[in-house]
Amino acid sequence: MITVENLSYTVANTCILKDISVTLPKGGITALIGPNGAGKSSLFSHIARLLPLQTGRISVEGLEVSPSNRQALSRKLAILPQEVHFATRLTVKELVQFGRYPHCQGRLRSEDHAMVTAALEAFGLMSLADRFLDTLSGGQRHKAHVAMTYAQDTDYLLLDEPLNNLDIAASRALMALLRRLADEEGKTIVIVLHDINFAAQYADHLVVLKDGCIEREGKPAEMVTGALLADVFGTDAQVAVVDDTPFVMP
Amino acid sequence: MQRRVSTLLLAVGTLFLAAISLFVGVIDLHPGEIWQGGEAFTLMLDSRLPRTLAAVIAGAALAVCGMIMQMLVRNRFVEPMTAGTGQGAALGILIVAVVFPSASILTKMSIATATALASSIGFLMIVRRLPAAQPLLVPLVAMIYGGIIGAGVAFFAYQWDMLQFIDTWLTGDFSGVMRGRYELLWIAAGMTLLTYLIADQFAIAGLGREASINLGLNYDQVLILGLLAISVVAALTVITVGAIPFVGLIVPNIVSRQFGDNLRATLPLTALCGASLVLASDIVGRVIRAPYEIPVGTVLGVIGAFVFLWLLYARPSHAR
Ligand SMILES: Nc1ncnc2c1ncn2[C@@H]1O[C@H](COP(=O)(O)OP(=O)(O)OP(=O)(O)O)[C@@H](O)[C@H]1O
Ligand SMILES: [Mg+2]
Repeated sequence: MITVENLSYTVANTCILKDISVTLPKGGITALIGPNGAGKSSLFSHIARLLPLQTGRISVEGLEVSPSNRQALSRKLAILPQEVHFATRLTVKELVQFGRYPHCQGRLRSEDHAMVTAALEAFGLMSLADRFLDTLSGGQRHKAHVAMTYAQDTDYLLLDEPLNNLDIAASRALMALLRRLADEEGKTIVIVLHDINFAAQYADHLVVLKDGCIEREGKPAEMVTGALLADVFGTDAQVAVVDDTPFVMP
Repeated sequence: MQRRVSTLLLAVGTLFLAAISLFVGVIDLHPGEIWQGGEAFTLMLDSRLPRTLAAVIAGAALAVCGMIMQMLVRNRFVEPMTAGTGQGAALGILIVAVVFPSASILTKMSIATATALASSIGFLMIVRRLPAAQPLLVPLVAMIYGGIIGAGVAFFAYQWDMLQFIDTWLTGDFSGVMRGRYELLWIAAGMTLLTYLIADQFAIAGLGREASINLGLNYDQVLILGLLAISVVAALTVITVGAIPFVGLIVPNIVSRQFGDNLRATLPLTALCGASLVLASDIVGRVIRAPYEIPVGTVLGVIGAFVFLWLLYARPSHAR
């Protein structure tokens, strides 16, 4: 369970997050959705401790999100920011190995190697394992980043728009993998998504942000309606229902 | 695998160059004479061996520090000697020479390290404000920043009538290295070995603040430790042999291009490459117009400028 209490965030006199209080349930996939500039990445960055708290409190299963808990948090919560830009030349395998750092401080034991191999296999990166990241395509590189987050093997995974750069097959494979992690390994996944159809299809819980406030939250089947699209996104798209899952017509 | 073979080859190469360095100089030496004792033995022990060791240590330490600085700054085109750290150290030495002329060598070292650290932190703070999309701004700013501090040193040296010393600090030269005058460099060697213990943390810092935080690293602490190591090495090098430019720039670039940036695997290679480069440059400086010597800083300045240009044009996509 991730608890956010009275979180506000102000930059240069603009209030970006307005007194947000929200509880993200343990287990399952929670999707954060909302229009561009709603504050999703800002909320994400606070939970991921990338931004210092100005006001409010955040805790992950009772563990306070603060610099003094950095090592404990790195074994509980893995994050993948919206834009990852690595300047250094590492092979895919070396990068994924760094995901084990919180557990082994760089001295990989056999279970760490096993986890690295599992991560490479889960993302179909075995054949690219010894390639340098800068020789890969954007999508392949992105998969390597997600694989590193996966190798960190934390109870909580936070991903900001992980479907960027991925083709339809890779997007579906990634969402299916996250679904499996949630169902079979009991992980809690918090994910910022732009494609509402993906959110409706794979998430258990939707949190909708708009203008720095939590607009509403609930189950996808009840939430994704024409009214939501009109009120929050300001677009009059039609919503069909296929197999009990709402489907936004493009 | 390839790294292991290369490390071995480089180690052999470094030893080979070291052997040459022992026997090249104004006075001819033959391996046989040394063991008979006498003058040859004294010359070896007092001058040639210290000079060779100094070149090996300075080269290895500066190359490793260049690599670490590039990780911390997240830019491939910086190195301590030109980005203000070396000039900062020179400023410290100047201050000691003027204000506490009778200070112990340890005081001198501490003050030079402190000023080197202060000027490196200043550089890092400036670099953080530069737009990430313009990696070539960083080396430009580094050169200007280093130049300004260097000019400051020259100005005060002029005011205090110390101008003749400036050259000995700002142009690296091994010709004055003798037994009893280079041993401080062993501290630099120790510092370099210590950095290897946290090589992983520097590699992760190179991935940036967000990745560091994700992996539970104390990012600010790693930055400070790295800058401290760089400053100690820079200060000791400037005190004992003078600033040696470009080693910290070109060696890490070549190593990174060939072997990547997994520092735990590549730092030994970096150290060996740096040692060979400085040894080779010192040997070249000794033979090219013997019996006169060209300072190693000058030789490296010429070699480095060309390699730097080549790096700039050959690999813009890896600028960051
Ligand atoms: N450092 C900053 N300085 C000024 N404004 C900022 C800063 N960071 C974010 N903002 C503003 O805060 C608002 C929320 O940004 P945020 O990145 O959280 O949006 P988002 O919901 O993730 O959008 P997107 O869907 O485009 O990724 C935006 O209006 C943005 O312009
Ligand atoms: Mg965003």
